[in-house]
Amino acid sequence: MKKHLITATLYTLVTAVLLGIVYPLAITAISQLVFRDKANGQLVTRKDELIGSKLIGQPFTGPTYFHSRPSAAGTGYDASASSGSNLAPTNKAFVDRVAASVAAEKVNNVPVDLVTASGSGLDPDISPAAALAQVSRVAAERHLDEAKLKRFVEAHIIDRQFGLLGEPRVNVLALNLALDAGI
Amino acid sequence: MSLNGWLQIVVFFAAVLLFTKPLGVYMARVFQKQRTRLDIIFGPCERLLYRLTGVNPDEEMSWGVYATAMLVFSAATLVLTYLVERLQHVLPLNPQHLPGVASDLALNTAISFTTNTNWQSYVPESTMSYLTQMLGLATHNFWSAAVGLALAIAFIRGIARREMKTLGNFWVDLTRGTLWVLLPLSALFAMVLVSQGVVQNLKPYDTVKLVEPQAVTGTDGKQTTVTTQTIAQGPVASQEAIKMLGTNGGGFFNANSAHPFENPTPLSNFLQMLAIFLIPAALTATLGQMVGSPKHGWAVFAAMALLCFVAVLTCYWAEAHGNPLLHGVDQHVSALHSGGNMEGKEVRFGIANSALFATVTTDASCGAVNSMHDSFTPLGGMVPMVNILLGEVVFGGVGAGMYGMLVFVIVAVFIAGLMVGRTPEYLGKKIEAYDVQLSMLYVLIFPLLILGFAAVTVLMPRLGLSGLANHGPHGLSEILYAYTSATGNNGSAFAGLNANTHWYNYTLGIAMFFGRFMMIIPMLAIAGNLAGKKIVPASSGTFPVTTPLFTILLTAVIVIVGALTFFPALSLSPILEHLLLGAGQTF
Repeated sequence: MKKHLITATLYTLVTAVLLGIVYPLAITAISQLVFRDKANGQLVTRKDELIGSKLIGQPFTGPTYFHSRPSAAGTGYDASASSGSNLAPTNKAFVDRVAASVAAEKVNNVPVDLVTASGSGLDPDISPAAALAQVSRVAAERHLDEAKLKRFVEAHIIDRQFGLLGEPRVNVLALNLALDAGI
Repeated sequence: MSLNGWLQIVVFFAAVLLFTKPLGVYMARVFQKQRTRLDIIFGPCERLLYRLTGVNPDEEMSWGVYATAMLVFSAATLVLTYLVERLQHVLPLNPQHLPGVASDLALNTAISFTTNTNWQSYVPESTMSYLTQMLGLATHNFWSAAVGLALAIAFIRGIARREMKTLGNFWVDLTRGTLWVLLPLSALFAMVLVSQGVVQNLKPYDTVKLVEPQAVTGTDGKQTTVTTQTIAQGPVASQEAIKMLGTNGGGFFNANSAHPFENPTPLSNFLQMLAIFLIPAALTATLGQMVGSPKHGWAVFAAMALLCFVAVLTCYWAEAHGNPLLHGVDQHVSALHSGGNMEGKEVRFGIANSALFATVTTDASCGAVNSMHDSFTPLGGMVPMVNILLGEVVFGGVGAGMYGMLVFVIVAVFIAGLMVGRTPEYLGKKIEAYDVQLSMLYVLIFPLLILGFAAVTVLMPRLGLSGLANHGPHGLSEILYAYTSATGNNGSAFAGLNANTHWYNYTLGIAMFFGRFMMIIPMLAIAGNLAGKKIVPASSGTFPVTTPLFTILLTAVIVIVGALTFFPALSLSPILEHLLLGAGQTF
């Protein structure tokens, strides 16, 4: 038993250094050399100012922007407190929250992802259906040609990876930044 | 449901099948100390490690000694993690200046990671420093997986050996599993994940300016304007890789693999699911290889694949159906969106990949999630719960799935023996009363812990029920899922339940501890007993364990044991909720 204790203690310490220090630091070093931007979160700057990450969603609720999904992370899109709502499908609070979102979107038969909260609360994407459903509102607010804006949105659709994996989607931050830059 | 969704599921199964044999045969070589290409790198590391720690690699251990070494090692690693958590405020690599972790939470977390559960009662990005994540938690992802792997190999040796008293050397199995299997696969996988956008850095959290500032109402009812976003960072990829490969499942962030920094693309998602099944599936081939009957390995694989496929089918169907209580909402799948029940799911994964991930993570004892199971439809959410209740033997955790499955194999051949009225044999070993008694002990500890704790908890309004986020039958589902996940060492959750209380931290800690170690001890005792037996030559009365008939019998035993034990509890939670949802009832 005493021998087991000594071996176990030494084994824990030695492998802790290997697996808990050497391994993650080595991966960090290589990542910082080879994939610098990706390893640091693909931050986006505008006029020398950090304004987001390509991967992390932001809240957009005003009429002139394409809206992102509702978020249960903190007060909404809090990227230091990621979370889903964890509301059950039979929870009255959930059904009421969706009804309020449906009313706010003012769209007939609104695509489901636009009125439901994501798992992370940081979903950067909406479905192409959800983006296209907002075209007429954004076009009217920004005095843009609706057909032209529709083509602009379609150009921002990210297809399935390798044409197979995942679902088609639109990155809301990228779309809105491109919109601000002018179409 | 869409054609593309089905195609993605089929491609996933094909990928699992593709890697099963090569990796399984490789692992058989590793644990039988045969030559491999990696000897040149890890051979010297192995010898150095033995020298530093005083291990005699030629020592053979009986099942009792093997179990003692495993328990003492698990205790030592548990203590280290507890200390790192408690002292993180005075240790380096804590750029957010997080305080030390509270004692009940630190204990729960240390047990959780030691037992390969990775249940998390806390929000990692605001609780754990980078050092705690690396040194306290990610290390356990290696250790607990390597322990599971070692135990599975010891059990397989028990079947393969004849008239021997020993099962191998725990330290050697632990070392070879870590160095030859887990570490190289993790390093490779971590780099692939970074290439997809999983972050890997040690910098403080970034603060960015929001493009559109938001007026929000705080919990105190006051209106404020939010103008910035704080983005949590960290050494994620290195932990993410072993989190999946070791079927641990503890997220670096609260949202786990739903978080875009943990799981940014459909490809990273596909590979994470593959990584969960990679080693457990390959262990069926290792089993076939080491007992000299590859066909038996495939027969076990087939039973697992069958159960997994039925589960995916059910979950995908239920989630694609959506929620009948939502009005004015388009939930029908089309080329432009995946429709269905999107609450708690990410757009980039959609319904098919969320249902598949939920099934895979609970078939195995992983518990990582890419969508929130608490928000699944009642039947969709029942699938992950049932997967764990069946004992996580559908591929299962690294090692744990294999030895769990082998216990069911013993029960299955015993039942087959009863049906034809002769002493059952398994691969030439006579299965006797002692083996069956221990197998039943293994099978019964599990429901005893789950149903016992859940029953006590629902009777306690203040300690138990006050933590619920959802009411009605779903509340029972939350409690049942918590003890199921803890006892099964899964770690996924119906996460609405606030489990960071003394009651839940301690009782779930006990469930995790006994769910792991009280099941390992009978299992090792069976292995030790099997190793000592003679081989009886096969006769015309021997029940073959390589045929589809065996696969069907094994599957039936697993389903019937699970159904008989848990159906009453399930009928009061998800099944009742499903019926009430159909009737339009809310809570």
